[in-house]
Amino acid sequence: MSGLTPGFADPVPDAQAWFRALLEAMARPGRIQRVAALPQAPAPLAPAAAAVLLTLADAETPVWMDAGPGAEEWLRFHAGCPLVAEPGAAGFLLAAGAMPELAALDAGTEEEPHRSATLILQVAGLETGRGWRLTGPGIGTEHRLSVEGLPGGFLAAWAANGRRFPRGIDLVLCAGDRLAALPRTTRIEGAG
Amino acid sequence: MTALGYNFGYLDENTKRMIRRALLKAVAVPGHQVPFGAREMPLPYGWGTGGIAVTASVIGAGDRLKVIDQGADDTTNAVSIRRFFAKVAGVETTERTGEATIIQTRHRIPETRLREGQILVYQVPMPEPLFRLEPRVSETKRMHALADYGLMHVKLYEDIARHGHVAMSYNYPVLVGGRYLMSPSPIPAFDNPKMDRMPALQLFGAGREKRIYAVPPYTAVKSLDFEDHPFRPARADAPCALCGSRESYLDEVVVDDKGGRMFVCSDTDYCATRQTQREAAE
Repeated sequence: MSGLTPGFADPVPDAQAWFRALLEAMARPGRIQRVAALPQAPAPLAPAAAAVLLTLADAETPVWMDAGPGAEEWLRFHAGCPLVAEPGAAGFLLAAGAMPELAALDAGTEEEPHRSATLILQVAGLETGRGWRLTGPGIGTEHRLSVEGLPGGFLAAWAANGRRFPRGIDLVLCAGDRLAALPRTTRIEGAG
Repeated sequence: MTALGYNFGYLDENTKRMIRRALLKAVAVPGHQVPFGAREMPLPYGWGTGGIAVTASVIGAGDRLKVIDQGADDTTNAVSIRRFFAKVAGVETTERTGEATIIQTRHRIPETRLREGQILVYQVPMPEPLFRLEPRVSETKRMHALADYGLMHVKLYEDIARHGHVAMSYNYPVLVGGRYLMSPSPIPAFDNPKMDRMPALQLFGAGREKRIYAVPPYTAVKSLDFEDHPFRPARADAPCALCGSRESYLDEVVVDDKGGRMFVCSDTDYCATRQTQREAAE
């Protein structure tokens, strides 16, 4: 317990600011958001990924993560969320290492597609203005997004995720203190 | 300053988190109704509790809030809700559409085109567009899952067969993103085209029915119709008696007991701005 670092400095406004960033990210896929208020998360948690979990996770949301015991203790203390061992049982997943297979996660049902998992994926870099061409709801004509550090085969897995709409996984990409989101409706073309 | 004894935005943080999770999923599946736990509010269901819960979960200290009721900023409901948030969130409020970051609305979309960075929050009495045709929630859920909206098309067809046109002047059903049938809340059909590819984010909260749904920016919102009976929004055939607008949605106001009446803009901010401009030009 002695090594535990703080979460949000001011939980109410900080969580609100991060939620608005997330809402904006989800509503405008591929646009990068950042918030000045960062939690002091233990490595290997990226500050943005940690902030997303503090904003959304609580006792009602089973979380899966692969960031090690230090990060697990930190999150359990600050968010009070149950941690699960099985990726398919989680409402939120945080992947700091290898990306879990999208097909193995909870995609919701046809009647209740909102009961699907949100995958928070830590990546090496995010940049707008080049890379993928994104289209879909939330995008006027197209957004460009370049993501560094995604596994090979990601585009095929993402396309498969989109084909089962309205079921599907929503993705939050975090690099350091920046984040961008890809809801299940976003179509990706071109190379990242 | 926030009033003492209240959390920022009135709702507790657990409730806000639950609503925030619902909002994110609602944005991810445009037009799909996401259930949420509606909390007791200091006003009864039917007065905009769903919209208030959404606004309370979204709003921050830096936001500027506008609230309209049937287009008007100065009606009881609008004034009370604006005052409520000024008290429990300490936010600035405005009557200007262009200056607001969050606009909570009951039954209208402002005439001024909304832009990116704005959020439009609708108060919704009945989120289920099919409820008059199929009262069982278990059935409507399945119809949404299967995108089986034949029943609504039959209703439109019967309207045309009986009346020669679709007899719905408000709450006219729309198809969102080519997939989900959605109730636009009881806005006039006149406002439906404004929802299509709107640059602002649209959030819908139904407190009594405990549903949240959303339309992301630039998303196709199509009013249901037939090729030979295209959707035609109705507007009173008159200019506004105060500002002269021929484009805005009009309210009919009875002015005496001898059948006298006038038509005025329902959007008070739009009308007042036009009147000021006209005076300045003279």
